[in-house]
Amino acid sequence: MAQHTASHGEHEHESHGSLKSYVIGFVLSLILTAIPLAVVLNDWMQGTGARAVLLICAVLQFVVQLVFFMHLREEKKPRYNLLALILGIIILITIVGGSIWIMTYNNVG
Amino acid sequence: MAHGNANAHSHSHEGHHDLESLRSMGFWIFLMTDCILFGSLFATYIVLHANTAGGPTAHELFKMNGVIAETFILLTSSFTSGLAVLSMNQGNRKGLIGWLIVTVLLGASFITLEVTEFVDMVHEGAKISTSGFLSGFFTLVGTHGLHVSIGLCWMIALMIQIGRHGITPVTRRKVNVISLYWHFLDVVWIFVFTIVYLMGVM
Repeated sequence: MAQHTASHGEHEHESHGSLKSYVIGFVLSLILTAIPLAVVLNDWMQGTGARAVLLICAVLQFVVQLVFFMHLREEKKPRYNLLALILGIIILITIVGGSIWIMTYNNVG
Repeated sequence: MAHGNANAHSHSHEGHHDLESLRSMGFWIFLMTDCILFGSLFATYIVLHANTAGGPTAHELFKMNGVIAETFILLTSSFTSGLAVLSMNQGNRKGLIGWLIVTVLLGASFITLEVTEFVDMVHEGAKISTSGFLSGFFTLVGTHGLHVSIGLCWMIALMIQIGRHGITPVTRRKVNVISLYWHFLDVVWIFVFTIVYLMGVM
C-alpha cells in the first residue's frame, strides 16, 4: 500500500510540472509583462504598431501560463481540456471580434 | 474502503481516480464558460471605451504605479500557487499551507490596491454612472476583482480543510483546481492590464 501511494505520488509529480518549469514560466511572464510596460511608458512606439506588440505579448503570456503553469501539454489523450479551450477561444474571438467589427459600421453611418 | 471496492471490482481504484479527474475536467469547462463571460465584458468595454460623455478619459484617470504593482503582485501569486501544488506533490503539508498563505496575502494586497484605486476614482467624480466608458470599466475590472475575492475565501476554506484532513485524493484535486482558477485569473488580468490600462494610457 505504501509502495502504491509512493508510486501514485511520483505519478502526480510527473504530471504536474517541476520547480524548473514553474521558474521558467515565472521568468518568461515577468519578461512578457516588462516589454509592453517599457513600450508604453517610454513611448517607444505609437498607434497600431504598439497595439500589435502589446497584444502579441499578452497572447504569448497566455500561452506561457497554459504550458508552464496549467500544464496543458501534459494532458493525456483524449485531450478534452484542449478541445474545450479551443471551443472557448472560438466563441471568445467571435464575441470580441464580432462586436468590434459590427460597431465600426456606426462610424460609417 | 478503497481496497474493499478494489476486490469487488478490479477497476475500482482506477474509477475513483477517474472520478477526481472528471471533476477537474468539469472545473476546466466552468473556466471556459467564465472565459466567455469575460470575453463579453471585454467586448462591451472595447465598444464603449471611447464614449466618455464629457467625463474623464482613460488617459486622465489611470494611475499606472498602482496598476503596475497590482500586475506584478498577481503574477507572483500565480507563481506561488504553483509552488503550493509542487509542495503538495512532494507530500509536504506545511509547505503547501505556507505557499497557500503567501498566495492569499498577495491576493489580498491586490484587492486592497484595487479597492483603493476604485475609491479614489469615485472621489474624483468617475462613478460607474458617469459614462459608458466607466460603466464598462467598473463592470469588467470589478468582475475580475470579485473573482479574486471569491478565490481568497475559497483558498482560506481549503487551508482549513487541509489542516483537518491532510493531503487526500479529494484535497489534492481541490488544490489542483484552485491553482488552475488562480492561473486563469492571472491570465484574465494580463488582458485587463493590456487592453484597459496600457492601451488606455497609450
